[in-house]
Amino acid sequence: MDTVTKKPSVGLFVTCLIDLFRPSAAFATLRLLEMAGCAVSVPDTQTCCGQPAYNAGDRKSAEKIAKTVIETFEAFDYVVAPSGSCIGMLRCHYPEIVKTNKAWRERAENLAKKSFELTEFLVDAVKLEMKIPQPARRIAMHDSCSALRELGVQRQPRQLLPLTEIENSDRCCGFGGLFSVKYGDISGQMADKKAAAIQASGAEVVTSCDFGCLMNIEGRLKRLGSDIKVRHIAELLAEILDAP
Amino acid sequence: MRPKSHAFRSAAKDALADETLQDALKLFATGFPEKRRKAVAALPEFEALREAAVLIKDHTLAHLDRYLEQFTDRVEEAGGHVHFCRTAREARETVVAICRKQGARTVTKGKSMVGEEIALNEALEAAGITPIETDLGEYILQLAKEPPSHIIGPALHKTKDQVSDLFLEHHTPLGFDERQEEGEALVAEARQILREKYFAADVGITGANFLVAEGGSAVIVTNEGNGDLTMTCPNTHIVITSIEKMVPTLADMTVLMRLLARSATGQTMSVYTTLVSGPKRKDDLDGPENFHVVLLDGGRSALLGTEQQDLLRCIKCGACMNHCPVYGAVGGHAYGWVYPGPIGAALNPALIGLKESRHLPEASTFCGACEAVCPVKIPLPMIFRHWRNQAFEKNITPFFIRMTLKLWAFLALRPRLYRRFAAFAAWGLKKSPPPFVKGWTDARDFPKPEGRSFHAQWQKRGGS
Repeated sequence: MDTVTKKPSVGLFVTCLIDLFRPSAAFATLRLLEMAGCAVSVPDTQTCCGQPAYNAGDRKSAEKIAKTVIETFEAFDYVVAPSGSCIGMLRCHYPEIVKTNKAWRERAENLAKKSFELTEFLVDAVKLEMKIPQPARRIAMHDSCSALRELGVQRQPRQLLPLTEIENSDRCCGFGGLFSVKYGDISGQMADKKAAAIQASGAEVVTSCDFGCLMNIEGRLKRLGSDIKVRHIAELLAEILDAP
Repeated sequence: MRPKSHAFRSAAKDALADETLQDALKLFATGFPEKRRKAVAALPEFEALREAAVLIKDHTLAHLDRYLEQFTDRVEEAGGHVHFCRTAREARETVVAICRKQGARTVTKGKSMVGEEIALNEALEAAGITPIETDLGEYILQLAKEPPSHIIGPALHKTKDQVSDLFLEHHTPLGFDERQEEGEALVAEARQILREKYFAADVGITGANFLVAEGGSAVIVTNEGNGDLTMTCPNTHIVITSIEKMVPTLADMTVLMRLLARSATGQTMSVYTTLVSGPKRKDDLDGPENFHVVLLDGGRSALLGTEQQDLLRCIKCGACMNHCPVYGAVGGHAYGWVYPGPIGAALNPALIGLKESRHLPEASTFCGACEAVCPVKIPLPMIFRHWRNQAFEKNITPFFIRMTLKLWAFLALRPRLYRRFAAFAAWGLKKSPPPFVKGWTDARDFPKPEGRSFHAQWQKRGGS
């Protein structure tokens, strides 16, 4: 398709959890970005955003990884990830991590400005105006803490899809990366409260902008024997848009 | 108070298994946050007040020496005394010495977290002086011989049933031998008993919510009026507090006051707000003859000028713990020292050492709910990170975790090697969860990969 204006170039940041556990969410993200008229690339030098190291106090490793990610993605018009927490790293934390070096700080701030979580990219950056049909199933929304409080993403997923609200939707599900293993019993109780709220909402599907939370929520729901489906919001959107 | 924060993990486990505590926490989880939300929604300038509060506190901390001097001058002009105490030990010895000089046998006390910090009750008892807590929550805990579990609702881990039992046990010798079950009846009983204590006490000790430099005033806020009886009835009033409670002027204080109760309990204002400036004056009808302010440093001044200085903005409202899902899961005692919840996780390492308290800043998902509600915008998650960095650098973080992270970083910096690792992990995790994830699998199924990793599939397709 020929277009007069150049398609915006987007570097897709797959994120390590989705790469390993839920590639279909990354393929769905690709589809959505292409539907939105972007020229999408998937740089093969990407791995992880460095969050495990940064959150555990390993600043040196976090800094090395941050610099690699900046080098990998800075040439694109945008970097988009199907994750609030990884984009939170790029946008809110990379400038802090490299702050002592002026040149790197500028590069980090430049990257921060063009880093977007998927739903906010679709709604706010490319202003996707697509008629999204009413989904057949009742979908509950869990706001991930990073998307909500680091990026301020709350309206965007709801604008894209009719979503069912759950009680305390802004309350942490208890994932927290390594926290979920190191303090597994506390994390487990938090996941249990989240699962109970989702069950009480009467939803058949639960979704979120972050796969980390979904892994945690799915793990608890399965343990409880629930048949509520757990899907990343990219998967749901792509499915609905692809449906005949 | 002797710290037990090193035992956070086992204390948390016990707390999670304690059904009575879990019931109490369930009630707590909805109460304060909902009340705060309504109070904030009703005050359009709440955000602007937060901004102003940050400026006021930052300014005060930048000139703390000057304001402490001004405060001291005003108190001394009014006939009072100010005692600067570097350590908890100095502070409790100072208080005990004042009480001894008055020949005190009983002392009434308003709620004071600094009092907890310096283990004041134990020191008074050791000196043969009987302290009587007059805040209802603190009174209950004194009977139960327990520390507070929350800085504004010290006994919120106690159920009404437990209080009924405690009162029956301790009040029967005083002639109250009927088990009261209604909240109002319990309060009335405690009131009757405490009433006499106020008038019999030789010294009254209160904390302070703020110190105002311009008038040399201590501001004491309560909902029960116990602070006023504690400070006006006895002959001597001791204010025990810490240096960062300072604000320059009354106008500044009102900004913080407007945030305090709304953030804490959702009240517009607490029921009693009292400013005390010095001892009884010539024409005063009542009040203490002697007035002392004991100011604890206790490690706070070492934070001045560091990136953690923001901690000293804290006005001890408790909003962070009211909104913290970790606090909501384990309650305050698990934190093992005076300040629980997010503020404790950020402050305690500075006051009692990181080795003792390393679990506290680790036990957070970085959900950010605390920072979002903090009336003075303390960047609590960033301060947890600071302590985690310190723990990592100083090898306080366990060896196994450090090595795992280093290995992870090694792979993350080598994409081609990382892809092989991911392929292996995708294959292995299809079969069973990895080792060392018992913490996860105790309550949850471990996720299984769909198949090959995204990048493996992408490469196979030729990258399109």
